[in-house]
Amino acid sequence: MVMTHLPKINVSSAGAFWALVRRDVHLAWAQGGASTLTIGFFLIAVSLFPFGVGPEPQVLARIAPGVLWVIALLACVISLDRLYQADFEDGSLDDLVLSPVGFLGVVCAKVLAHWLSTTLPLAVLAPFLGVMMNLNADGFVVLIVSLLIGTPALSLIGSVGAALTVAVRRGGVLMSLIVLPLYVPTLIFGVGAVDAAVNLVDPLPHLALLGAVSLMAIVAGIWASVMALKLAME
Amino acid sequence: MHRFANPAQFNRLADSVMPWAFSVMVLTLASGLYFALFDSPADYQQGESVRIMYMHVPAAWMGMFVYMVMAVASFTALVWRHPLALIAGKAAAPIGAMFTALALITGALWGKPMWGTYWVWDGRLTSVLVQFFLYLGYMALWQAVEDDEKAGRAASILALVGVVNIPIIKFSVDWWNTLHQPASVMRLDGPTIHSDMLWPLLLVAVGYQAYFVVAFIWRMRLEINLRKLSVMRMNEVAGG
Repeated sequence: MVMTHLPKINVSSAGAFWALVRRDVHLAWAQGGASTLTIGFFLIAVSLFPFGVGPEPQVLARIAPGVLWVIALLACVISLDRLYQADFEDGSLDDLVLSPVGFLGVVCAKVLAHWLSTTLPLAVLAPFLGVMMNLNADGFVVLIVSLLIGTPALSLIGSVGAALTVAVRRGGVLMSLIVLPLYVPTLIFGVGAVDAAVNLVDPLPHLALLGAVSLMAIVAGIWASVMALKLAME
Repeated sequence: MHRFANPAQFNRLADSVMPWAFSVMVLTLASGLYFALFDSPADYQQGESVRIMYMHVPAAWMGMFVYMVMAVASFTALVWRHPLALIAGKAAAPIGAMFTALALITGALWGKPMWGTYWVWDGRLTSVLVQFFLYLGYMALWQAVEDDEKAGRAASILALVGVVNIPIIKFSVDWWNTLHQPASVMRLDGPTIHSDMLWPLLLVAVGYQAYFVVAFIWRMRLEINLRKLSVMRMNEVAGG
């Protein structure tokens, strides 16, 4: 599929890589882009919990770490189904993989852009929602740190699901079925770290394991996404 | 290995394995169930409920074993483009999902009288549940993509990613010290259960294994025949 007789275009692969990252971040933040909607979902879904379980501060404080992490995770999932699909459908993905960045560069750039534009803002917003959820004061720093360490894993694992279902019509539901079970370790260690901090236990072991999950996701997630994209585009 | 890429070769191998697997299955399951349900001692702590364990433990082993079969088949399919490997993975998945579901259900039934609850969110139970979802995702991906070859390879990638869950299941009882008891048979220092209980357990385990071989071959044959059928139909349409 790779054509060797194409005329040489003088674009460095690093330049093309960062251009792609910038493009995706811009698109995500543009009007009607995924990021603003995802953040809106995050805000609204979290604020449903006080209505659902009642506004007692103790109850909210107890469930706050779990609720924030689970909703961040779901917000990430709903933002993922267009990660590759929009470019796949209009054909620009074909161009992108033929550019100097190649499959590997496209996957890395798109995951990085998704993390920067969509999942990282969730980590920034989480403390504000933590206030609304009456999160214990000891938990705030660890909540932010755990989201910073854990959200790359969310984007990376999600990228595998998005790439596997890129050619599937209405693949979003299928993608969540694939991705959510794989999110379980990230969720366990992320919530574990915040719970530990709230209960004045050392959260470091949980954070270290969460870091391990993210590192593992870098290794397996990028490889699997590249494989899946190659498969969908042959 | 590529000798068996030819379905005819596979059929010959399957023909010679099938009677053996079938007899082993009948003998071990019959004797294993007899010992497990009637002729083995009740546990001094668990009482008669221990008999559920003879169904539960081998089913959990098989859930993991079949996943590994599926993963090896997926790896073979992706790396060597082995034509039968995709079919092998597809054939294995429902059997593995069934064993995993059996382990979860028998575990819940045993948990109610023993732990006082059908379900707890401890590491072992959760990771086995995740394994069950991975089987479902694998099968759903097969269903969702129309082109069989592409569907199979996409599902294979998912199966390989899901392999990270296997060590989590195995070591969850050591990492998270919660309700589920640690391993008592597959230990480096030898099994810690009495031989009167070990024998029925191993018999049922061999029986499950033989059942897997039988069901696996049946499902693979079914899949091969379905493909033959669709090719024949297409030829018919093209010819007539």
